[in-house]
This record gives sequence, structure tokens and C-alpha cells, in this order.
Amino acid sequence: MYLTKEEERILNGEHGEVFERMFRLLVRLGEIYGADKMIPVGSVQVAGVSYKSIEEPGTEFLEDLASKGAKVKVLTFLNPAGMDLENWEKLGFPKTFAKNQLRIMNAFKEMGIVITATCTPYLAGNLPRFREHIAWSESSAISFSNSVIGARTNREGGPSALAAGILGKTPNYGFHIWENRQPTIKIKVDTDLVFDSDFGALGYHVGKQVKNKIPYFVGIKNADTDQLKALGAAMAASGAVALYHVEGLTPEADLVKKEKLETISVGKKELENAYTTLNTGKEPDIVILGCPHASLREIAAVAERVKGKKLRKPVWVCTSRMMKEAADRMGFTKIIETAGGNIVADTCMVVSPIEDMGYKTTGVNSGKAGNYLPGFCKQNVCFANLDKLLEAAL
Amino acid sequence: MKGRTISPGKVKGVALVSKDPIGFYGGINIKTGVVIEKNHPLEGKCVKDRILVFPCGKGSTVGSYVIYGLAKNGVAPKGIINKETETIVATGVILAGIPTVDKIDIDKIPDGTTVVLNADNATVEMST
Repeated sequence: MYLTKEEERILNGEHGEVFERMFRLLVRLGEIYGADKMIPVGSVQVAGVSYKSIEEPGTEFLEDLASKGAKVKVLTFLNPAGMDLENWEKLGFPKTFAKNQLRIMNAFKEMGIVITATCTPYLAGNLPRFREHIAWSESSAISFSNSVIGARTNREGGPSALAAGILGKTPNYGFHIWENRQPTIKIKVDTDLVFDSDFGALGYHVGKQVKNKIPYFVGIKNADTDQLKALGAAMAASGAVALYHVEGLTPEADLVKKEKLETISVGKKELENAYTTLNTGKEPDIVILGCPHASLREIAAVAERVKGKKLRKPVWVCTSRMMKEAADRMGFTKIIETAGGNIVADTCMVVSPIEDMGYKTTGVNSGKAGNYLPGFCKQNVCFANLDKLLEAAL
Repeated sequence: MKGRTISPGKVKGVALVSKDPIGFYGGINIKTGVVIEKNHPLEGKCVKDRILVFPCGKGSTVGSYVIYGLAKNGVAPKGIINKETETIVATGVILAGIPTVDKIDIDKIPDGTTVVLNADNATVEMST
């Protein structure tokens, strides 16, 4: 790989230990994957933020970097934390957990990283442009930025994204190169997708089938950004899909080569099977929405349905702090809280310690959450559309 | 068999083979090294000190930290052999210093065989 004189100096340790160590990781990755050079990135998004996910080893890794003066060079946002950073006490998050979570946030803040804590940075102030090179690491945000926006990022691991933020660069390989963004499998959708959860179920099914391929969807008549966010998130969780194209809807779909692709069909039966597989529980103890983090439109949809009603079970709507601010102003937060629900910012059901908070069965409308909750939060899952979930909670 | 070096080092150990991809985050307990993903072919098995063989990674990008954490907690696999190592696993094994090779025909490695993994030369040999 070609390195500039300046980059060679970094690798030789002339800019200190932190730069050398993090750059070495990027150079190694570049060599493995055949990068020709380093390229500048417009923004970074770092995963591995919850204490529950990275535990003590990851926390010490970050504190070590911060104490040695690591600083990011480009706009860098964070993935969800393990708790609402402002209302954790009120929402019943354990105190020792909170203490450790705040250690992580402080380390990131010292590095100059924006303490946003969201899996939807594109809804919260970190919006890349078409064809911009970025280094993001939240799997659903990678999928959204690559596919729906047409920006260019590889599936960065938490530490490699952090390294890209500190250096302001990433190795030029994989999805940064146009030839590698061509679809490798065609998905023919032969059924109507009505609810947002249908997109989650479709993504869950397709991700399992195609693993890390690049799907080209035909037959999806319409989808808004919330639905595409649900589709991409589920495919990234059940498989490793980092980029997909949808005929007529996503920006690169008209530009890519799609001849002679192996085709698989997804019909009503496959979608129903996905619902069946995802449903491992009967009655939810808690309903958690907003995976990925809810948009303002999704928060409004919940407010509309619970207005003037009384919820018997806890209902959380997870979102970014920025969307919560808007929901506060629009009165949606008040409506949901009056009904007995909560808008929870900065965190989500997957990375928060819900299994330690007494919950056993969680209701979700997200294919991604349905995929992760049984393993990581020891939860049974009720996977259904928003209306059914809220009916079960009323 | 010859592949591609992801992370250098030489180790010998017993192969633990998964035909399915592995998602480390949510798939493996960081403290015990036990596979916790429901219905995964390796569910309930421990990766500690084994040569972990699987086609590719999947799922969350936090997997890199889980691999790093497994090593810090002393429950990491001795080595990793993949068909195709993607960046999440690569980042984790580089930071953790776990010898790893990919571009290997993993169907030729039966579960439970002793394997010599020389990631410096990117070779994998069945021990007799």
C-alpha cells in the first residue's frame, strides 16, 4: 500500500504512541484487504459504547487511549449507550452500571467525540452526502448510509472506526470502490409490505439467506426512510449485509450492473415464516420500540395510538436525544408519558441491561431487535406490528 | 492448506468447527467464551483454547470488542480459521493478537481434529 511521507512518519512513531498504534491497525487492515492507499473520511461513527457490550476490557482500552491524549480529527458520533444518560435513575438503571457507563462517556468526550449515543446519526446531525467516504461502525447505520444515502463505508469494527476518527483516514478498499458496490444477488419480493414490521421480517429472512452478499431488490413498490432503516437493520443483524439496492428507490440502483444475477423470491409464506421464527414468547412484559432509534414520525405514530389511553405494561420508545427534544416540543413525549409509557433516549433494548431489570418477554416490531434479544438479553420475543404490540400493552 | 494472514502467530489446538457464520456480539459470552446464540450449531460450546473454524463473521460491529474482551478475560480461542474474514473479526483478532488465517476451504477441517495453524506463513495443517 502506498503511504505518504507523513503517514510513514506516523507509522514510525514520530507522532506518538496513540497515532502509531491506531494507524498500524488501519494499515494492517488495508494490507489484508488490498487497499492501494489511505483516503480521507468525511465523518465517523463509533460502535461499542455500552458498558454491557464492551465490559471492562473495552472500557480500559478507551480510557487508555483518552489518557494518552487521543483526539478525533473529523466529526465523530457514537452508538447508543447502555442507558438514558440523563434519566437513568428514574428509569431504574442499576447504579453500578451507570457509574461504569459514565466512565466510557467521559473517555469518548475527552477524545473530542460528540456524545450523541444513537444508531441513527443521519437523523441526529451527522449526515453524509452521496459518494462521500466515511468510516461508520453501527451495522444498521452502515447499511443506511451505503444504501439509502449512497455514501461509502466498509463495515468498520468499533476500534477501526475510532482509529479512522483519530487519523481522519481509512484504507481504500471494499465499499469505497465502485466496482465492489455491484449487487451479487437479486431478491424478488412477491408480497405486499404493509407494516414497518413487514420490512423487519423481510430483512431478517433475506439476511439469513444472503449472509454478506449485496442484494438488489425488485418488487418493493414503495418504502419510506423508516421502512428502509428497518429493512437494512434486520439484514445487517441476521446476516452481514452492508449494502443493498432497491429498484426505483435507492440512489445507486439505476447505476449498478444487475444482469445475470442469481435470483431468490420472497413471498407471503417466507414472510409469515420469519414472523413465526422471530416469535419465541407469548405475552410481552414490556414493549420496546425504536430499533433502530425511532424517527420523529415513528414517535408521533405511537403518541397518536396511546393518546388518552392507559398502558398496563411498560412501553419504551428508544430514540436519539435530538429526536426526543423535538418530541418534547411537539407534545408527543407528554402524551406518551401520560399514558404510562416512556421515551428513552441515548440507549436501546439490545444494549441496555433489561434482563437485570426483571423483564423476560419483550414485544418488538424490529427484525434486528427480534434477532438479538434472545441471545443477548435472554428475552423471549413477541414480534408484531405496532398496532398489535400497543393493543397487548393497553 | 495455504490462505491469507489476518493476524500473525503460530498455534496448535483442537478444531471447533461451525458451518454457520458467527456473530460475536450477542453470540458469545465475553466472560465465559460460551456460544449463547439460540439455535446456533455451536450453542453451549466454549471457544476457549480451541482453534475456532467458521466461514465468516456476521452481525454487530461490536464483535471486535467482544473478541478483544475474550482475550483479556482469558477465554479466547487459540486461533481462528475462516473462509473469509471480514473487518469486524479482523479488527478484533489484530487487537487481541489471535493468530488468524482466512481463504481456507474449511469443509476439509473435521470438528475435533488437531490443527497446526501457522498464521505467519498463512498455512493450516491437520496434525496426525
